Amino acid sequence: MTTKKMGCAIIGSGNIGTDLMVKILKQSQHLELLAMVGIDPNSDGLARASRMGVFTTHEGLEGLMSAPCYENIRIIFDATSAKAHVAHAKMLEGESRHLIDMTPAAIGPYAVPIANLETHLQAENVNMVTCGGQATIPIVWAISQHTKVHLAEIVASISSKSAGPGTRANIDEFTETTAKGLEVVGGATHGKAIIVLNPAEPPLIMRDTVHMLCDSMEQEALTAAVKDAVMRVSEYVPGYRLVQEPVFESFEENGLSHPDHGTQKGLKVSVFLEVEGAGHYLPKYAGNLDIMTSAALQMGELKAQHQLKAGV
Amino acid sequence: MSKKKVIIQDATLRDGMHALGHQYTIEHMVTIAEKLEEAKVDLIEVSHGDGLNGNSFNYGFSRHKESDYLLAVREVLDHAKLAALLLPGIGTVEDMKMAKDCGVHTIRIATHCTEADISKQHIETARQMGFDVVGFLMMAHQTSTSQLVEQAKLMESYGAHCVYVVDSAGALLMDETAERIRAFKDNLGVEVGFHNHNNLGLGVANTILAIENGADRVDGSVAGMGAGAGNCPLEVLIAVCDRMGIETGVGLYPLMDCADTLVRPLQQRPVQTDGNALMLGFAGVYSSFLLHTEKASRQFGVDSRDILMELGRRKMVGGQEDMIVDVALDLQKGTNR
Repeated sequence: MTTKKMGCAIIGSGNIGTDLMVKILKQSQHLELLAMVGIDPNSDGLARASRMGVFTTHEGLEGLMSAPCYENIRIIFDATSAKAHVAHAKMLEGESRHLIDMTPAAIGPYAVPIANLETHLQAENVNMVTCGGQATIPIVWAISQHTKVHLAEIVASISSKSAGPGTRANIDEFTETTAKGLEVVGGATHGKAIIVLNPAEPPLIMRDTVHMLCDSMEQEALTAAVKDAVMRVSEYVPGYRLVQEPVFESFEENGLSHPDHGTQKGLKVSVFLEVEGAGHYLPKYAGNLDIMTSAALQMGELKAQHQLKAGV
Repeated sequence: MSKKKVIIQDATLRDGMHALGHQYTIEHMVTIAEKLEEAKVDLIEVSHGDGLNGNSFNYGFSRHKESDYLLAVREVLDHAKLAALLLPGIGTVEDMKMAKDCGVHTIRIATHCTEADISKQHIETARQMGFDVVGFLMMAHQTSTSQLVEQAKLMESYGAHCVYVVDSAGALLMDETAERIRAFKDNLGVEVGFHNHNNLGLGVANTILAIENGADRVDGSVAGMGAGAGNCPLEVLIAVCDRMGIETGVGLYPLMDCADTLVRPLQQRPVQTDGNALMLGFAGVYSSFLLHTEKASRQFGVDSRDILMELGRRKMVGGQEDMIVDVALDLQKGTNR
């Protein structure tokens, strides 16, 4: 019984899908990868999967649904694009499969480790927000446990080399989905997200900066909350680090004037983060891949464990 | 042979936002726009310095709502058309819709000089929405001319009516400017534009070179009102064009009046090629980093020139203002990254 694993598949053989494949094969306790699904027969991800002994199809989700292994697959990770995910979700309606959506389509509820994974154990479709969301929402959530966060803004800088065509074609979906995640999961009244691609060589490691305006309270307690959140995220993303001590700026006297949200008094907290990847697929600079795939793996493990326990 | 008139775009009310920490009042904007209209400038850009939806901790909050600025300026324009800037990654298609509703005619979609493909979604949508669409390749000194041409061709393929060489750091030398504009003219079927900053004191000279090498549109700001040492000062450009016999159709006196009586009195920090502004051009750093760097310098007790040099060394690009504080803290601690 203890060795039993739950069958899963990955749709999307790009950067994110391939990185997740390596993680499942290397680290997973409860998931067995039964198929890697792509649409490009020449993709590096499919070739790699074949070499690693995983069943592959280049005929998309249809190819998977007609494959013999399909009946043993309970969890499907979608690493394609927001548009494709909408179609996939429709095709899988009534199929009793758990979908873990790594695109910004956000059909299902947002899932972020340390904040709310357990809440969504039963949801048939969960969304992993975005790489920038996974890197920053835990910090906003942690502060929200102590005080009201009025504004939460994040700046994610990723190396150009780590941004695949899907990310590049859908920059708006990144900013919009991340901003919503900061509100819905992070607990901020207003979320905002900015993404910057930097082409420097050698490629720069992913950086994330979080600025928050919250109701004032002891700075030591907020620093401790940030550090605790960083520690908990680093348990599943070892390269997740706090680069500087949090920086505080008081807006108690005159308040902060926002042209759309009015004037608000409080304390500004700035948190400077870095996400170094594990180098499973792309090199270590691509922490944006790692934080997304690691979070999705956490969700998958938890779902698998739960269902195996329930004897499904 | 009749030569096509060069199109003059003013950036005082967009790039100039940087110089004021985005604090123009609606009244400032309207009175400046009235003078620009009187001078018969072709296009007037109004946006947060970092483009639509730029309001943020990272870049600063403007005094008023974006739509209030746009609507107020639109009201006083007749000859001049209203323009706006948008940086994918900051602004979205939703913001373009707002701009359209406010009467914006020209939308400029800006990306770092090597990342044109992130503008596909926005340029294509802007075309469908009926905008005059400009691709804006920033920090053009950071890549080779041939690479820049490839990126410009992408923007052309998405549907841009015009593609700009944008010297965001004011770091392009004169031959580098001429080479880039010439290469654009030789390789693109659409219009070519040029926008720069005066950090190395080449604001007017490089803009004239751009015109001589075939640029169809060029930018300037009244009294240079823009990030860093400012943009190519528009009234000076018009005067030089006039002396050279380059037809702009823009009147000199209203611009001079605008510079002397309206814009310069607003400058709390002179917009000029002083030490820190010169460092931007020298180190090749995004011009709008200037005021944020000076703030971090005061806050953390580090020389602003050291911060700018380090930002240049780390190859930070436009939009990474958050890294200014990061660098200042590292310099304060004496750590090297």
